[in-house]
Amino acid sequence: MSIEARALTKRYGDKTAVDNLTFTVRSGAVTGFLGPNGAGKTTTIRLILGLDYPTKGSATVNGKPFSALYSPMREVGALLDAKAVHGGRSAYNHLLCLAQTNDIPRIRVDEVLSIVGMSEVARKRSGGFSLGMNQRLGIAATLLGDPEILIFDEPVNGLDPEGILWIRNLMKELAAEGRTVLLSSHLMSEMENTADQLIVIGKGKLIAECSMAEFIARSTHQAVRAKTAQPTELARAVTTAGGQVTTTGTAAPGRSTELEVRGLTPERVGEVAFAAGVPLHLLAPLRASLEEAFMELTADSVEYQGAAHELRQLAESGTEAR
Amino acid sequence: MTSQTAGAGRPALAQPDLAGRPRAVPPAARRSGFAGTMRSEFTKIRSVRSTYFTMIAFFAAGVTFAFAATAGNRSNAGQASFDPTAYSLRGAVALGELIIVVIGALVITSEYGTRMVSASLTAMPRRGVLYLAKAVILTCVTLVVALITSFASFFVGQAVLASTHHGASITSPGALRAVLLSVVFETCCALLAFGLGAIIRYTAGAITVLFGVIFLIPLLAQILPTSWDDTIVRWLPGGRALGPISAAKPLPDGSYLFGPYGQVAVFAGYAAIALIVGAVLFRRRDA
Repeated sequence: MSIEARALTKRYGDKTAVDNLTFTVRSGAVTGFLGPNGAGKTTTIRLILGLDYPTKGSATVNGKPFSALYSPMREVGALLDAKAVHGGRSAYNHLLCLAQTNDIPRIRVDEVLSIVGMSEVARKRSGGFSLGMNQRLGIAATLLGDPEILIFDEPVNGLDPEGILWIRNLMKELAAEGRTVLLSSHLMSEMENTADQLIVIGKGKLIAECSMAEFIARSTHQAVRAKTAQPTELARAVTTAGGQVTTTGTAAPGRSTELEVRGLTPERVGEVAFAAGVPLHLLAPLRASLEEAFMELTADSVEYQGAAHELRQLAESGTEAR
Repeated sequence: MTSQTAGAGRPALAQPDLAGRPRAVPPAARRSGFAGTMRSEFTKIRSVRSTYFTMIAFFAAGVTFAFAATAGNRSNAGQASFDPTAYSLRGAVALGELIIVVIGALVITSEYGTRMVSASLTAMPRRGVLYLAKAVILTCVTLVVALITSFASFFVGQAVLASTHHGASITSPGALRAVLLSVVFETCCALLAFGLGAIIRYTAGAITVLFGVIFLIPLLAQILPTSWDDTIVRWLPGGRALGPISAAKPLPDGSYLFGPYGQVAVFAGYAAIALIVGAVLFRRRDA
């Protein structure tokens, strides 16, 4: 049960929306599909679903092209655009017409309506629904075939906090049931809360395919927090050992001061401090947030990025080389 | 159910309840295909109001025109050239053409207008199956409504003419043929519109083009020198070329036209071209 993209490429005229993407969405995990707006996330999903045809390469679901699936809704549930429903059709009939294509019984329509809490409005025309309700209707549709693979494109876009929490809980439950979930978003905090694996793209190209933890660990924002009553001595020792002290708290006599150290592991900072005879009051890893890691790694793929940023990147890579 | 408390006090947004749910999804007994997709398309067409509006308008236009045309021509009913069948069916054919194309186009353009097409193609990714199911259901629905409308128009017209004793009966020569060919013609209109809808993909665009084809081309042809007009009139998708279809007797000005079957065949040919081009594009283009 997996989704695979092999050298997937989509060009519109001379604009390349998806550029030679190769990745595998692992089964039984929530995979975050991350990228700035316009990075090609939706296009990639449309290629997976066979809605658009690739210029080159291929995408398969469970080893087959999407159109070769035996009963598509039993294998994949996908939500691309919650507003893409006929406003004149009732919620029930919208779901029924989808269910019928895959010989899914009517009782399942009632069931998914109750799962998303829409039984009471089932007979109402969907044109009057709020975005949040449309989103739940769209999710109900993905659940119709009780599929092992679920694909959600920007499911929390435009939702209020309550709606976002609702979706987040749903994702967690789906993942807890061992389903494969591909969740695209540009909202980092959402991703950090929900995804285990990440596929990160920028300008249609693959930037990273790894676990959330690995991705964050790649960030140079990785730092160590240390508190000591002798900040000057610690700073000197750390610098000698090859680290950089980036933030210094206000020093007050007799009180401990906080330092932020980059370029050294927490273990190394502890050893350095011990060797220098500096007592530490606190030593803790300071994890970068997903957002920081993401901004850093996609910086050169963001279309409107500034030249100053490129210079900074160059400087940083130069430091690493030494 | 998770013990999240976000929805507390707001029952309208209950938390998703997946755990312990019944699973009423039996394994697929057969590959998802044509039968299910036809059921789906029937659900789609019967669950939007535009279908009913259009079909009722079609019926009302046919019957009203049959009443008005026959009532207004009762005094001519004794003339040898008077064709009571044609007077009762012409409205269903000429006005019906304009109304039926709307429903034919909407069956496919509304999928693009609402972007529902992504969901439809995700449920049934075999595009040929989806396209054919749509065309078959549209044909069935149009056939039923056109049969009712044509027969109703015929009998309303003949009831109006009954007092003149010059009305036709359904067993009169050519009468049943005219009623049935009108039905076939209306169905072809629906399919022509469906094919063009698949090509153009925008409701407004498709209907504008159809009205142009049906109305404007025959109108423009009349401006042409008579000899040219006489040559091409039988090939036009509207206007005089529709005359023989609803007529039980040969038309007085029909010498430049095919017979009733021939004119329906011409129109069916246009519908077939639109359907085939639409099918090729529907399969090839990005949705």
